[in-house]
Amino acid sequence: MRWVGRPLPRYEDPVLLQGRGRYTADLAQGARILRFVRSPVARGRILAVNAPPEVPIVTVAVLGDVKPICPRLDRPDYVAVAQPILARDRVTYVGEPIAAVIADTAAEAEDLAEQVTVEIEAETPVVTLDQALAPGAPLVHDMAAENTLIDARFETSDVAAAFAAAHQVVEFTFTSGRQAAAPLEARGAVAAFDPATGRVTLSASTQMPHLLRTGIADALGIPESELRVIAPEVGGGFGQKMALIPEYVVAVWAARHFACTVAWIEDRLENLTASFHARDQRLHLRGAYDADGRLLAIDTDVLCNVGAYSNFPATCGVEPLMALADMPGPYQVPEYRARARGVASNTCPMAPYRGVSRPVITAVVERLMDCAAARLGLDALEIRRRNLTSDFPHTSVTGVVQDPGSYREAMEAAARVVDIAQFRARQKTARAEGRWLGLGISVFAERTGPGTPAFEARRMVINPGFERVELVMDPSGFLEARIGSSPHGQGLKTSLAQLIADEIGIAPAEIRVVAGDTDRCPYGWGTFASRSLVIAGGACKLAAATLRERLQAVASQILEAAASDIEISDGRAFVRGTDLGVEMRQLARATYHQSHRFPAIAETGLSTVATYDPYGTFSNACHVAIVAVDIATGQVEIERFVVVEDAGRLINPMIVEGQIHGGVAQGIANALYEKVVYDDGGNISTGSLADYLVPTMAEIPKLEIHHLETLTEASVTGAKGVGEGGTIGAPAAVLNAVSDALAPFGVGIFEMPITPQRILQLLREAGCETQ
Amino acid sequence: MSERQNVTFTVNGEKRVIRVEPRRSLADALREDCGLTGTHLGCEHGVCGACTVLLDDQPVRSCLMFAVQAEGTRVRTVEGLADGDKLHPLQQAFWDHHGLQCGFCTPGFLMLAVSILELDPDIAEPELREALSSNLCRCTGYQNILKSVLAAAAEMRK
Repeated sequence: MRWVGRPLPRYEDPVLLQGRGRYTADLAQGARILRFVRSPVARGRILAVNAPPEVPIVTVAVLGDVKPICPRLDRPDYVAVAQPILARDRVTYVGEPIAAVIADTAAEAEDLAEQVTVEIEAETPVVTLDQALAPGAPLVHDMAAENTLIDARFETSDVAAAFAAAHQVVEFTFTSGRQAAAPLEARGAVAAFDPATGRVTLSASTQMPHLLRTGIADALGIPESELRVIAPEVGGGFGQKMALIPEYVVAVWAARHFACTVAWIEDRLENLTASFHARDQRLHLRGAYDADGRLLAIDTDVLCNVGAYSNFPATCGVEPLMALADMPGPYQVPEYRARARGVASNTCPMAPYRGVSRPVITAVVERLMDCAAARLGLDALEIRRRNLTSDFPHTSVTGVVQDPGSYREAMEAAARVVDIAQFRARQKTARAEGRWLGLGISVFAERTGPGTPAFEARRMVINPGFERVELVMDPSGFLEARIGSSPHGQGLKTSLAQLIADEIGIAPAEIRVVAGDTDRCPYGWGTFASRSLVIAGGACKLAAATLRERLQAVASQILEAAASDIEISDGRAFVRGTDLGVEMRQLARATYHQSHRFPAIAETGLSTVATYDPYGTFSNACHVAIVAVDIATGQVEIERFVVVEDAGRLINPMIVEGQIHGGVAQGIANALYEKVVYDDGGNISTGSLADYLVPTMAEIPKLEIHHLETLTEASVTGAKGVGEGGTIGAPAAVLNAVSDALAPFGVGIFEMPITPQRILQLLREAGCETQ
Repeated sequence: MSERQNVTFTVNGEKRVIRVEPRRSLADALREDCGLTGTHLGCEHGVCGACTVLLDDQPVRSCLMFAVQAEGTRVRTVEGLADGDKLHPLQQAFWDHHGLQCGFCTPGFLMLAVSILELDPDIAEPELREALSSNLCRCTGYQNILKSVLAAAAEMRK
């Protein structure tokens, strides 16, 4: 029986379906509750933190020599800034933690926090990119001139010549609104001090348990062995739960200081205002084309509003550097110039969020293609045909190597599925009737599973590339896979069990995948960058292959046959072509209990370790959206949404489709609904889910998914990552579709989210009477 | 803070007496006083619906109710859905059709769906979509939640 490729129901589910899953807040029973007093102003000097004598407060002074968080890149164009665990003498954004109180219940902790008053001499904040970059603007950090934390550049030799020779130059500015990842479970931590050992066990809603342990141990100046970090069930992360955050440092400090169990359970207001944001970008773009519609050059200036601090470990370089390296995406472009800056402001810090810059740069490049096609009189497919990469491996203009994919094939397949000619006929009829339909295409390549070379190229000081896996078969023949990666709800355990099962020849039900526990699992980097299946999956396959060889060696001795004649399948080792065999449990028991018989494997027994560290691989997809725009209300309705995805070999197609579904929904949200809004004073107007509009089932249409499977050698399992693609491709498809719908009015969309208000405003500016 | 009060109610068929502050939400009472942590808190302002439970068979946001308002009522939570080891048809359908990923919104969606299907086992897809849009999910794009509930409805009509 083979398991890879089956839509196996997830092993994770029964416990979750019965309400027995343990998320961080479920572990807080009996804990003392930590509550943070946060800054009510965006910028200012702290004059005093006052509390009644009966309210003991934790401030930065009480924390003593706890070290700040200071994420680093090994680049001269980057300015490292240190974030104090609690604000010291200045506040830099609304929601910044200033002090903490501890009480027996959450309600009492809130009562106590309300008795703490902070006197702040408020100053005018810099909130927007324009404010931060204005000449003479106040500096968020004194060491960062012009509020610029990173200023990266790339330029090939003949950009100017390419523009001079161009037949057409398309130029525009694109604005991307600020988004929040908004996992349904906000963040949280339960730090339990063990008086017997002096250790603290921190259960936290994190995507990176090992690095969280490193970061907290460094901040507190303790050996890592004094801290155990557990990621219990994690209710979604989407990147927001990667970073080391001050709240976790305070929780562990408090557990040690008060010798008790301390819990901090983030509420939604904190999550929306003071966790992390993303995608607050403005890009200026010029694209040069020849008369045949071939892209000659891209020249871009990328500005990312990265907020008040840099996130650990990805740093505030993550968005600008991703934009710089990956902007050309699936297209060949010989000449490329880019400047990408991360600009500090008095707003919530930026961190990676599903897709990281690529939803924005894909929207930009796909808008470029459509605009150029209109200028050149080509259709949307044809201009892409002329520019998509089709020879693999392809080294991009920035030196990124793209492994084999199906960029053109995916687009052609999507075009066939939606029948573009038929749509154009329907669009024409509808326009004559005053109904405004549009079709938008988005083609993209998604770098997934980047290993150490990718992060080395970004000059990360902490290089989160490899993954390690330990497999241990116990004497009963049951297998435990201890992984350094750490799932946040994506069904990784089931997928890995399928991979291991096939490699060894046992059932996935005989495999327990253990993750998210620094005491039990090898050091690894967790889940992000669509890497877990690619890299942890690759390590699982490698470790399983070694274990299978060991099992074959033991079986060959028991069965008195050559190891090369031993096959293992369905939990039984047998001599090929005979019915002579031995059950896995007998084999395992013999290995442990009669080790004198198997001297060749005595040292390692049935334990194997493997590390996988690939260069990385590229998934690709084409998204097509068909929309109807109501020009009276500005409402956009998505009539149809088609995805042709190539994620390489599908380990569990059901889980893969689930990733695409969720990704596309977040991409549609990015295109149409979600925006973090700040007022001039740096206060957030979107502090609840009634204001920050996460779409419901009513807004997300049926999604049609089709698969291509390019089998790459860049991933030992053949699987490419698929965690972010939906989010990356969907906004561009929607924006192109809305632009196509509004083309008769001369309206093109160069911003997201494109809300009804903005559509009406753009129509009015174009001279269209909408009411 | 005012005096704690007794609340007597039935939770998943079992009579319970808990003693809570008047300001205690029903969600907190279920989670902390009854130990039923399957009811999750996603926003505590009544938008996400993760905390949906059934109060006398009506879906309510347990984060928006005080525990004392549940006096004398019959509350059903996700922990009461399965019959011993046998999953409720909705739980089974969510499992079969990948109706959950991180699982945080799942108890709320399950209880919402139970109430919808108990009220109208033959509910049509557009109305079902509308009704299920009461709750938020961040992982699934809702595709397989809808599929799961439709499958469970068909199973429950058998």
